[in-house]
Amino acid sequence: MANNGHPILTQTVDEDGRIVQPFVRTENLQALPPPSSLVGPVAWMREHLFGSVFNTSATILIVLALLWIVPPFVDYVLIDAVFIGKDREACIFNEAHPIVGACWAFIGSRFSYFVYGSYPIAERWRVDLFFVILSISIIWMMRLSLPRRGLGAIFSFIIAPVVSFILLSGSETLGLPVVTTNLWGGLMVTVVVSSVGIVFSLPIGILLALGRRSKMPAAQAFCVAFIEFVRGVPLITVLFMASVMLPLFVPREFEPDKLLRALIGVAMFASAYMAEVVRAGLQALPKGQYEGAMALGLSYSQMMRFIILPQALKVTIPNIVSTTIGLFKDTTLVVIVGIFDFLRTIETARIDPIWSAPTISSTGYVFAAFFYFIFCFAMSTYARRVEERLAVADKR
Amino acid sequence: MKKWVAAAAFVTSSIFATAMAGAATLDTVKQKGQIVCGHGQGLAGFGMPDAQGVWKGLDTDVCRALASAIFNDPSKVKIVSLTSKDRFTALQSGEIDVLSRNTTWTLSREASLGLEFAAVNYYDGQGFMVRKSLNLKSAKDLAGASVCVQQGTTTELNMADFFRANKMELKSVTFATNDETTKAYETGRCDALTTDASGLYSERLRLAKPDDHVVLPEIISKEPLGPSVRKGDDQWLDIVKWSYFAMLTAEELGVTQANVDQMLKSENPEIKRLLGTEGKFGESLGLTNDWAYRIIKHVGNYGESFERNVGPNSPLKIERGLNALWNKGGLQYAPPIR
Repeated sequence: MANNGHPILTQTVDEDGRIVQPFVRTENLQALPPPSSLVGPVAWMREHLFGSVFNTSATILIVLALLWIVPPFVDYVLIDAVFIGKDREACIFNEAHPIVGACWAFIGSRFSYFVYGSYPIAERWRVDLFFVILSISIIWMMRLSLPRRGLGAIFSFIIAPVVSFILLSGSETLGLPVVTTNLWGGLMVTVVVSSVGIVFSLPIGILLALGRRSKMPAAQAFCVAFIEFVRGVPLITVLFMASVMLPLFVPREFEPDKLLRALIGVAMFASAYMAEVVRAGLQALPKGQYEGAMALGLSYSQMMRFIILPQALKVTIPNIVSTTIGLFKDTTLVVIVGIFDFLRTIETARIDPIWSAPTISSTGYVFAAFFYFIFCFAMSTYARRVEERLAVADKR
Repeated sequence: MKKWVAAAAFVTSSIFATAMAGAATLDTVKQKGQIVCGHGQGLAGFGMPDAQGVWKGLDTDVCRALASAIFNDPSKVKIVSLTSKDRFTALQSGEIDVLSRNTTWTLSREASLGLEFAAVNYYDGQGFMVRKSLNLKSAKDLAGASVCVQQGTTTELNMADFFRANKMELKSVTFATNDETTKAYETGRCDALTTDASGLYSERLRLAKPDDHVVLPEIISKEPLGPSVRKGDDQWLDIVKWSYFAMLTAEELGVTQANVDQMLKSENPEIKRLLGTEGKFGESLGLTNDWAYRIIKHVGNYGESFERNVGPNSPLKIERGLNALWNKGGLQYAPPIR
């Protein structure tokens, strides 16, 4: 339409031969803004928050609830909180501070205990190194942009577990003093138990799910029996049996370590649940996918690797993640075997008379809640990203 | 159900008693290079990890004393944390060598669970805490008072017995957990709070104004707490028993961690026998003759251990009371070393 920036106009001539330029609009008028009742924060609120009677009452109720909960919570966590102190004197009620909120000084003074438990102080660098190795594996596996991800998988699933095990439990030949698991505690135990559970449950769960749908009667019977048996018993019972009954039946020398017993129990348990999650994904796929793969002449393992599992796992990601989050929180049950996980170290420290003050217990639990929330929220955020990335294919 | 558990425990324990009879606990302990000591999951003053994660407490000191006597090194103790459910199995199965976990000595435990109590290192009992402003002097004044108590505990039953025996009216207010019970007492739901006396002192510290509350002198139940060992190894039982008695005897004779080296030169025959400068008492136990010297050097006498963990030098500030020596009005009494 435009020519050198000038609009071409059709020319018309009147009776006297003069060129008359009729009024032809070449540009659109600037659109009028929508009526002020439809834009701006007020209109947004009118539409979304006060659209109907029900909507309005819900909004008012929620705001009231927030007003009721949030200010006292902020007071407790920040404004009235005590950040510095050496012992209970800092956090007890007296004339100087008649109201005491959270006693963060207590968390500060016991923080290393919450992280390492009773791990010998001189050897704690080994735990730090373990955390570093773990972070490297996680980041390497999760950031798609990082190079050499094949090497990363070998590092994360083979090298890192072996190195971590030697680091944490020690080895006389390498000159690392042995640290028995009764000294392990706090965050490191929670991380060890949940990462072992997560790392083992997915592959074992996939195998169990495939076995359950397999045509081989022996494999199928075994998988069904395993899954149903483990799912039919509460985790707390499995752990309790492992800690109380097992020692009575196994000779002293062959008795597995307490933490190992709990790890096996947790891994078995998580695998059975994971198997059912994966099976749901396998059954969600239309039969045509299997038949198409077979028609192409793919072998069973090729069919599973290239056609079935990638699709089945994709649809089950939300469930896999919620199972994983559940597992992470279930690790607190290892307390039943006398293992001091993160929550247990807080519970132990809160009864210490050096720090006994009215708000110590609640401070400990608020801290634990923050901790578990951060971890679980990070996991679900990551899973949402993965879902979004994989959903791109469906949108085409 | 309970009977079945007890029966199962009895059968298994008798199997293990025979299986274990061959190996003397002292030998296995020496071979392992450490004592495996069963503890609770953290109880203020009696056994709980400090900020560095090192276990400290009155019950821990029993194990440290044993390690000192055998290895001359109080750190050769492996603490295994046990819940109240798995503590006896752990002892029966040989997972631990000694259970030192504020466990009450009762007939049924000793008769049917395959364990043997060695000594009583803390005489506990149920007590009451009230507000100072009520001006009560004795638990007998509690007639008609409402009392906060934890549900389903022997504490609840003991209290009912006590009130009935004294023909007083009882209004008990029960709660599921310890925390709730204390909270309810603090907010004024009841006039008094009851639990084991040692527990009352640590609960008191958690109140907003601890000094406004007082623990009444009456103790209405007997809760003798002490270390126990597996049945069937008398030598090991003797070692645990006498290590504890050595700590008591040292307090009685005024031998402390600080002066034990000077006491080696003492002419007092009792001190000489205790510290092994005379006689061969340690060897007759299967230890060295300076066993008691090592205990006092590393752990201290009973009074020192008490003061450090639960007594005036600790935040709990529990009075000696029943746990004073026999010649100071208490019950702690050690047979003579001779």
